Amino acid sequence: MSRFKTFPKGGIHPTDYKEATCNKEVQNASLTSTAIIPLSQHIGAPSECLVQKGDLVEEEQIIGKSGGFVSANIHSPVPGEVLEIKKIFLPNGMAVDAVVIEVKGEFKRLGKDADLRDWSGMSNEEISAKIAEMGIVGQGGATFPTHVKLSLPKGKSCETFIINAVECEPYLTSDHRIMLEKGSEVLEGIQIMQRLLSPLKTVIGIEANKMDAVELLQSLITEKGLDIEVMPLEVKYPQGAEKNLIKAITGREVPSGKLPLEVGVINANVGTCLSVYEALVLDKPVIERVVTVSGGAIKNPSNLKARIGTSFRSLIDDCGGFSEEPVKIIAGGPMMGFAVYDLDTPVTKGTSGILALTSKEIKAAKPTPCLSCGRCVSSCPMGLNPTKIFKYIDFNMTEEALEAGLMDCVECGSCSYMCPAHIPLVQGFRGGKKIIRKKSMKKAGQ
Amino acid sequence: MKDKLLVTSSPQFHHPQSTASIMWTVSLCLLPAGVWGIYIFGMRALLVTLTAIVASVGTEALLGLINKDKTIFDGSAFLTGLLIGYNMPPAVPLYVIVFASVFAITVAKWTFGGLGANWMNPALAGRVFVFFSWTSGMTRWTLPHPGSADVITGPTPLGSIKSGLMTMADTITGPMDLLAAEGVPVSYMDLFLGRIPGSIGEVSALLLILGGLFLLIRKIANWEIVASYLGSFVLLVWVFGGFRYGQGLFSGDVLFQLFSGGLMLGVFFMATDMVTSPLTSKGMLVYGVGCGFMTYLLRFFGSVPEGVSLAIIFMNIFVPLINRAFQPDKFGKLIEEEAK
Repeated sequence: MSRFKTFPKGGIHPTDYKEATCNKEVQNASLTSTAIIPLSQHIGAPSECLVQKGDLVEEEQIIGKSGGFVSANIHSPVPGEVLEIKKIFLPNGMAVDAVVIEVKGEFKRLGKDADLRDWSGMSNEEISAKIAEMGIVGQGGATFPTHVKLSLPKGKSCETFIINAVECEPYLTSDHRIMLEKGSEVLEGIQIMQRLLSPLKTVIGIEANKMDAVELLQSLITEKGLDIEVMPLEVKYPQGAEKNLIKAITGREVPSGKLPLEVGVINANVGTCLSVYEALVLDKPVIERVVTVSGGAIKNPSNLKARIGTSFRSLIDDCGGFSEEPVKIIAGGPMMGFAVYDLDTPVTKGTSGILALTSKEIKAAKPTPCLSCGRCVSSCPMGLNPTKIFKYIDFNMTEEALEAGLMDCVECGSCSYMCPAHIPLVQGFRGGKKIIRKKSMKKAGQ
Repeated sequence: MKDKLLVTSSPQFHHPQSTASIMWTVSLCLLPAGVWGIYIFGMRALLVTLTAIVASVGTEALLGLINKDKTIFDGSAFLTGLLIGYNMPPAVPLYVIVFASVFAITVAKWTFGGLGANWMNPALAGRVFVFFSWTSGMTRWTLPHPGSADVITGPTPLGSIKSGLMTMADTITGPMDLLAAEGVPVSYMDLFLGRIPGSIGEVSALLLILGGLFLLIRKIANWEIVASYLGSFVLLVWVFGGFRYGQGLFSGDVLFQLFSGGLMLGVFFMATDMVTSPLTSKGMLVYGVGCGFMTYLLRFFGSVPEGVSLAIIFMNIFVPLINRAFQPDKFGKLIEEEAK
């Protein structure tokens, strides 16, 4: 038994491959000559495009305005001229409008000394407005607009504010490097959010494979006398999944279909904390992020600080290109990330990693019949019976699938990863959820 | 290179084990016990095992041909054949083995939909089918004769006990005494190492345990089933096993029962069959306890000496029920209960 806390049910231990990049300092990626900036880099409504073909934009100028309550601003990461606005496919398969900007003119911030601002005099409303203005979204992968998350509904309060520094996806080390290199900044970002939420308790959850980050943050907290707890957690995937992290830290289970606030918890990713710091102290919008470029096919795996809109190809070239032919290129981690077919895919606010994997790493095989081995059941962190739900969907028994908890599936991929028959369980669940949503929309329309 | 990239739904990589690798690993773990069987029972044991494998894989290939389905490379038919061979006495007529294999693959496996859809372990189904159809051929046991060609028949320890109990003298206090009185004395070491008459692959408890431990480490066999099966059986034998020798409670001969007959083969390699065992941990525990209880009942009160095969098949029948009764606990249940 481990001496660290974790969530009790399910979970898996995939090889983490983190040693390729976890000791490499974040380098600046080379500047792209044309940036492709999708107008939907977050969950919720796409941003409204504010520019036209031929417009000249400045670095950090707003080019996409928040298009609804759950939406976020998008800023130009480079100064230049708008070449065109075209449809592109994001890694998740969505077709979205994207602004293509050719770099031209002067950078506002690049190469200049930082001008630090004091936020302590600001009111909560001003802080919140600043976070919204700077287009901050959750950087753990879900990309939920941060200002929406931080505005507590009336009558609700935040008991525990959890900083998600788990980074349980294999290969990825961007959060790890952020903590090591920008520890003080992250902590200040947390303080800003503490002001907004006034939680009873603030906990940073880190997996025990990053003890150097735990020690560093702990010493910084002691030095500054902050009211933040650093909690090392047992290494187990998917510890970073919101509900499982809350269970591990507070022991409470978020009910099915409910938000963490139901048990008095607000979550934020480490990268998001850094963005909040940059927004309030440096007055800087989200125009760049740290991306782990790794995988067996990458010559020199690294952590790169890349501007939004930089192509995957450019970042891979920064890492010396391919050492061998990759079979898959992935945006994000290998468990929940998306396979891309096009190296011109741009980095967005949610791109935590770019992985080029070899066939040896992915171990793909054709699906064979289910053996009822029960590995999907024992690995499911949500306590579901994946093989049964999959069969329901297969037989188009959507009511039964719903009853069995299909909507509770977080698509972490543990079941598919373990399945010796290589059955694409998660893919089936995604399909099933879509069918159910369509059906309920039809019903509502009648 | 663009058109060569693979695009799939997440997760993007996979655990190294696959159906085929699991089947071949189980087969590999069974190998040492079979080699021991061939060593003590001679080349006839090898012939029996090979016949079972060829008949099983051949049947699978033929059915695959009809169904346009190539399933012989997943190793499951090979494993079924291997297990059938291991469950045969060395002197069994070869046609009996062929019947067992064909029955196992055709009736027990394919009529229910092939790999993954069968409700009972095909190898056990085949064995039990021929056991009750050709009982005399299936109970012609051979005494161990390593290195010599002389084949002498003799009863298995469990068989001697079953027949010896009828005429037992009052001075007998346990199975080891009884075997000595019957003129077929064995030591615990003989039982443990496999220097006894029996089916080809079941005699060497030692090698089966080693193979089984490897499966446990690789998480191919579930510890829940192994522990609850062995635990419940040992407990029952220890507590009530002394009665038939006129002894009181807590005097059963556990070691004798553990290392004789097909228990180790059944516990590690057949009760743990993924297809025919329950899905959840709790379900597996219940299933294992059921197997242990049934093995105890059949061995002590049944009319045939052996009980492992029937006990496992009996519990296989209950697996769908167990699966329904022991669903995993959904996440979020805690809160719902709190709210009530």
